[in-house]
This record gives sequence, structure tokens and C-alpha cells, in this order.
Amino acid sequence: MIEAVTLADLDDLAVGAAILGTGGGGDPYIGKLVARAAIAEHGPVQLVPLDQANDDWQVLSCGAMGAPTILIEKLPQGEEMDQAVAAWERCTGRAVDALIPFEAGGVNSTAPLALAARRKLPVLDADGMGRAFPRLEMETFNAYGVPACPVAVADEKGNVSIVETGDAAQAEWIARGLTIRMGGQSYIANYGMDGRTAKRVSVPGTVSLAIEIGRVVSGAKRRRERPVEALVSYFATTHYEAAALIGSGKVTDIARREVNGWSVGTVRIETFDKEDADIEVTIQNENLSATQGGRVLAVVPDLISILDRDTGAAISTERLRYGQRVDLLAVRVPEIMRTPEALALFGPKAFGLDHPYVPLGMAKDD
Amino acid sequence: MRIGIDVGGTNTDAALMDGMRVVASCKSPTTGDVSSGIVAALKKVLGDSQVEPAQIEAVMIGTTHFTNAVVERRRLLEVAAVRLGLPATRALPPMTDWPDDLADTLGRHRYMVRGGHEFDGREISPLDEAEILRIAGEMKAKGLKSAAITSVFSPVMPGMEERAAEILRNEIPDIALSLSHEIGRVGFLERENASIMNACLAELSKRVIASFRQALRDMNITAPFYISQNDGTLMTPDHVERYPVLTFASGPTNSMRGAALLAGEPDAMVVDIGGTTSDVGMLMQGFPRESAVAVDIGGVRTNFRMPDVLATGLGGGSLVRDDGARIGPDSVGYEITEKALVFGGDTLTTTDIVVAAGLEDIGDRSRVARIPAATIETALTTMHRMIDEAVDRMKTSAEPLPVILVGGGSILISRDLPSASKVIRPENAAVANAIGAAIAQVGGEVDRIFSLEGTSREVVLEGAKREASANAVAAGAAEGTVNIMDIEEVPLAYLPGSATRIRVKAVGDLVIG
Repeated sequence: MIEAVTLADLDDLAVGAAILGTGGGGDPYIGKLVARAAIAEHGPVQLVPLDQANDDWQVLSCGAMGAPTILIEKLPQGEEMDQAVAAWERCTGRAVDALIPFEAGGVNSTAPLALAARRKLPVLDADGMGRAFPRLEMETFNAYGVPACPVAVADEKGNVSIVETGDAAQAEWIARGLTIRMGGQSYIANYGMDGRTAKRVSVPGTVSLAIEIGRVVSGAKRRRERPVEALVSYFATTHYEAAALIGSGKVTDIARREVNGWSVGTVRIETFDKEDADIEVTIQNENLSATQGGRVLAVVPDLISILDRDTGAAISTERLRYGQRVDLLAVRVPEIMRTPEALALFGPKAFGLDHPYVPLGMAKDD
Repeated sequence: MRIGIDVGGTNTDAALMDGMRVVASCKSPTTGDVSSGIVAALKKVLGDSQVEPAQIEAVMIGTTHFTNAVVERRRLLEVAAVRLGLPATRALPPMTDWPDDLADTLGRHRYMVRGGHEFDGREISPLDEAEILRIAGEMKAKGLKSAAITSVFSPVMPGMEERAAEILRNEIPDIALSLSHEIGRVGFLERENASIMNACLAELSKRVIASFRQALRDMNITAPFYISQNDGTLMTPDHVERYPVLTFASGPTNSMRGAALLAGEPDAMVVDIGGTTSDVGMLMQGFPRESAVAVDIGGVRTNFRMPDVLATGLGGGSLVRDDGARIGPDSVGYEITEKALVFGGDTLTTTDIVVAAGLEDIGDRSRVARIPAATIETALTTMHRMIDEAVDRMKTSAEPLPVILVGGGSILISRDLPSASKVIRPENAAVANAIGAAIAQVGGEVDRIFSLEGTSREVVLEGAKREASANAVAAGAAEGTVNIMDIEEVPLAYLPGSATRIRVKAVGDLVIG
């Protein structure tokens, strides 16, 4: 069990968060550097297993909102998250006892760490997405009835806004608009809840999962094994239960365009086994589905990560290039992300896909 | 005629080219002063070919000198790293995530100033000119001679970097200035890192360029000379004096482009077999396909475009085990002349196998006479399978492509490869680097975030292509020869208003004469 996030864990966390990012969520590199500076100065961050959270704790989720391309250019000021959380506390009159990342995949896996180190706040080993999703209403918190609002939005200049809306989707819409006025990148605190609720509505174990994924990948590389095979074995021992290598090949085509602020497209992967049909991965910021000759290999919310075949590193959507040699890893999400309430928010239909959701390894002919 | 020169850490190679034909070539040791090594190489190729210096129309030089200086932490200047962007960026000061010894060598003079732009061109803060003035004073007091200036979104809005440079130059007239928008693209830390590395090379670059000039003068060569950069295109000496960092990683590019020319194949796979590994890369239109991952140079993260090369553990010194079924990845390396069986050692290597098979005559053949025929056959099959698999993995389509073999270990491959339409072993492969430098072209690039609002993608792309082509011509390309090499579009997710990052690269032949 991982009881604290230390300096030594951050590289592994970044590798794991990129894989949980399923192509999106932003490059964790910048977040890792910010967390490293804070932990170096203030010490490790206490990581509390979800079931050990105090029922009466005031828990607050936080993360960044914006375009990954902006984040790699306009680096953070460093205390944006502190501002957002402080604004939320002022607005509600409640003091925060513990933080929880709202997204385990991508840059947001590290979002609470710097603030937690500075304020000596524990971080719950859990999150609200179990992976990366593009919108803040796509949270298990929302699926199981926690109001998103008030949402505090802060930028590097010290500008802060509080968003109060009727539902999470409205909050997303307004906060997104504020984010653009803030220069395309903002830091937000939302989904305040008590510890008892957090236990009920969160995807457990995802921070330590990301760290363990990183360890598995680096261990496999040390032993000169293929990282993807080590990952498939590892996931089978976790509450994600099932994972599979659904294909290996070369990226032969990337068609991407921008629709309403989303990066939408398809990636074609020619399999090394030339007998097999090409695999097509549908993208909407994250990888949504993988199909081969009309057959669905995996579909959202299950994880589909495109990994560099040699290093096991996840290749994000914006870094996909023609000719890359990749392994496709699919992972079944835990039960809490597969209920009707959850699928209504982030199942295939929520992304406009026609495929029904069949959890990985649970098809009748499997 | 033109001469290509490759100044490496160990050898200085030269190749005299008449058009695309190699007239003469040579290898000679690199010298401490650089220039006498170049002079020796030039004397040799001109002497061998009886060509007069006056017949030389252009000289192209590729060098790893600047990369090596950073890797070895030698001959580097202390640098004022000036960043414009506060209050943004404060969390990660300049030289974050650098190796300590390199940051120490450069003096850790870090300045963060209010300024910088948003993606849409608005200011994050107005430039704090008073603070720049104060920094100038501090630089004078510390005796700093070089500064790197990096502003947020400067690839889109370079104005603040230019203004800060103007202020510093007013105060310190002989200061060397490295402006990030001239060096890198969007991706702040990587661009800033490259700019700081560039700044620490400011003095060395003057010296090295002067020694290049001196060598050519000593040889009475009056033709213009150029230096190759990492994307396989050329820069003028004046440009390299100011931007030496752009030569980083030009070596692998030159080597692959040289191989393409020697083989006469612009679309091919290049396999460079050394003592320990085989490096496989792909040529498209005569240029290496580029890697998409961040590249570390001297321990510092950069986003330089480097050839995408797959290294596989097969070389002339690789160990042979399991009766030939398992080869490498370990190798006796440079100790091959002591450890391989044919050289009197006790280790069975791939070189021993090709000698035992009667394919090469190296060392003492009698010492490998007792290797069983089955082992030889299995080992040869394994070696060919390893190269074939590596080639197949690097290819972007199932179509067989020509495979060009270079490097000392290329003796290992004697049979056809299923993935190859043909296997080519060019002459002069040993000086492929120098040849690659000699045929380098001139490039121009555009890399910015464009708004598609109120216009169409086609119109914006056309404009970007025109701008890249114009940049290539301005850099010395002949107008009719400019082609668009690469177009990359990345829509900015989560931002409505159709903001798209577009990168266009154009290249053309150098105007000679």
C-alpha cells in the first residue's frame, strides 16, 4: 500500500497517469515538475485509502481545465489551485480537510499534490473519472448525485470566479467560457462533499494505481520485457480486473479535426500480423473506441491506451504520428463506472457512438 | 563542385562532390584547433582529385562540436536566463529539471520578468522594462556576456523578446543574445532549454566558425560555406554563430541523407550496423522520418526534430549463444580485436560467424574452423531475421522498400531480406556523413497557432505554405526548387474559435554561384 506520494514516486505517477489518460488529459510532465518542487520544499503528501477517509472530513476535488497545448507553453504560476480552493472555502464558509483529484488520467493526477504539500492536507487515493474524460460533468461524483457547484475557477493572475449553476453540464459550459477568457488554462475546485459521500461516489485506489503502473512499466523495461504484457498481468491483480493487448501495429493514418473545441478524429493502425484487418481508433480528445473489421475491440468507458511498443509510454492524441509502432492496451473499468448512471454520463452514447457498451472480456463470444 | 565536411569528435571526414557524384573522399583525425584537421582533410581530397580550390563552388560542414561541448560541459559561457511571462510560469524557474552540473556550469543566473502573451495574442502582462534594465546592470556587474530571452507564446508574438533584447543591447553593446522564437517552437520549457544552451555556446560558436573560415582561407577556397542543421538543411555561418544549438543532432541526419544519395534511393530504409547495435531509420523523399518524442541532449529536454531511429542489438561484436539461436544484445564492442575468436580471443561473435561461413576474410580463419556448420547456418539466419524484423517495424507500409546497408558491421548481411525490395551496399559509405552535409538543402518553416475564425482552413494553409516557401527562399533556396516537405495540423482541444497549430516546412536546393 502506498501511504504517501514522495519525490521518488513522481516519475512513476506521470507514466501511469499518461496511460490512464487514454490519449488525453494532457502531458503529465509539467504537473510532475510542479509537484516535485512543492514536495521537495514541503515534504511528501499523505495518501489516504478511500475506505480510511474520515466520514466527517470536508473533501474537495480539484484539477486543471483547458487545452493541453496551452499548458505546455503558458506554464503555471504555481498557486492557482491554492486560489481556487481558498475561494471555494470563502464561498462556502467551510475549511477543506482533504483533497481528491477529479481526474486520475493525465496532468490532473498531479493537480492536488503541490497544494496538499504546502497546506499539509491529505489526498484521497481515488478520483472521479478513473481515467481521463474531457468534461467536468463526466464524473462518478456527478453520476451519484454530488453537486458540482459551487465551482471555483482561478488563473495565474489571481483572477477568481465562482460558478453556481443548476447542473454539472451547465457548470462545465460556463467554466469553459471563463477558462478561455483566462487564456485557455484555468484551475478549478468543485464537487465539495463529506468523507462519507466520497467513499460512495469515488473510483478508489487510482492515485496508487497510477504509481504502480509506472513501476510495472519501468520494471518490465529493466528486465527487457514488453511493457504491455507486464501491464496486462498487473491489471488482472487490481480492481480494474481485466486488461488485454488488443492489437499491435504501425500508425498509418491520423485524421483529426476540430469540432466545437474538441479534437475529433480517427487513427488507423496497420497490424503487424498482415492477415488481420486494420484497427481503427476513434478519438474525441481521448481514445473512445477501437474497432477491427467492424468488430468492436473496446469502447469507452473502458480504457484504450496507445503505447509506444518499445518504451511502454502512452502516446497522447496530439503526439500521434504516422509510422509510430504501437501496442493497444484495453482495460475494463471498475464496476462503479459501469452502472447505468455512470454510462449515461460517459458511456458510448454520451460521446455519440452507436456501439453498445460491452465491458472488456464480457462479450458473449469471449 | 562542392565539398562536404563532417567534423566529428574523433574524425574529420571530407567528400568532394561533382553534382551528385563523389569525386574523392577521406578520413582524417579531428584536431584540437579544428582548422588544421579540416585543412588536412581538404588537402587530401583536393590532392587526390587534382581539383583546384577555385573550382570549389560551395563548402558544407556538419559538426558535432557544439553537441559535444554541452555533453562534456566544456568551453561553455555563463548565461543570464531571462524569462518574460510573470505571473505565469513562476512555478518552474529556468533550468528546472536540468542536471545540476550543467546548471552550475552555466551559473544559475535566472531572471523572471513580467511579460509574455496569451495564445490569442493578448498580453499576460506588459513587459517590465525597468526590470530588464535592472538585469542589464546586474549582468554588467557579474560580467555576463550572453543572455537567453524566452517569452510565453513568442513563436506567435515575438515582439517582447525583441524589445527586451534591444534594451539589453543598449546597455551592453557586445552582449550575445539568444531569442527563443528564433530557435524553437511552441512548448515553453523545451524552447527555453534550447535557448539557454544556445546562449552558453555563444563564444565557442564564434571560435569554431572562425576556425572553419581560417581553414578555408588557408586552402585558398573562396567559395561560400554553410553548416548543416538537425533537419538536414543548411545555415549560413553568420546564422550558426548566433544559433549554434540548431546544429545539434545534425550527425544522424547527414549520415542517412548521405546513404540515400550513395544508393540513389530517396525512399528507402537505412541500416547502419556498428559494433554493438544496428540503427534502422526510414528515408522519405531523401529526408529521415522524424521522431515524435522529446529528446534529451546532455540531460536536458528539448524538442529538436531528430531522425526516428530504432536501435536493435545486433553488431559486428555481438555475442552468439545457443548454437546461433540467440545473438546479442551484449557485444564485445571496441574490444573485438582482442575478444573475438578470429582475433585470438575466446568469445564467439557475429564476426566469427561470417568468417567461418567463408563470407569474409578477417583475422585468423583457422581459429573458427571447428564451429559446426549447423551453428553457422542458425546464426546467419538469426542475424538476417533480426535485421529484417527491425526494418519491417520501421516501415510505414507493407510495400517492400530498398534497404541501404552502411557501417562496419554491414558485412553481417549477405542474403536478401524479405522486407526489402533490394539490398544496397554503397561505396564510400564510411563518409556518408560528409556526403550528407554536401547535399544538404535550404529550408524554411512556419509554426504558429492560427485562428480559422472568419476564414477557411484552405486559405490559412495556403498562406502558411506560401510563408514557409518564402522563408526558404530568403534563406538561400532557389525559387523553382522549393517544395513543401511536411504539414502538421493540431487543433487546440477545448478551445472554440477554431484555433489550430500549423507547422509547415519547405525545402529547396541551395543557389550556387
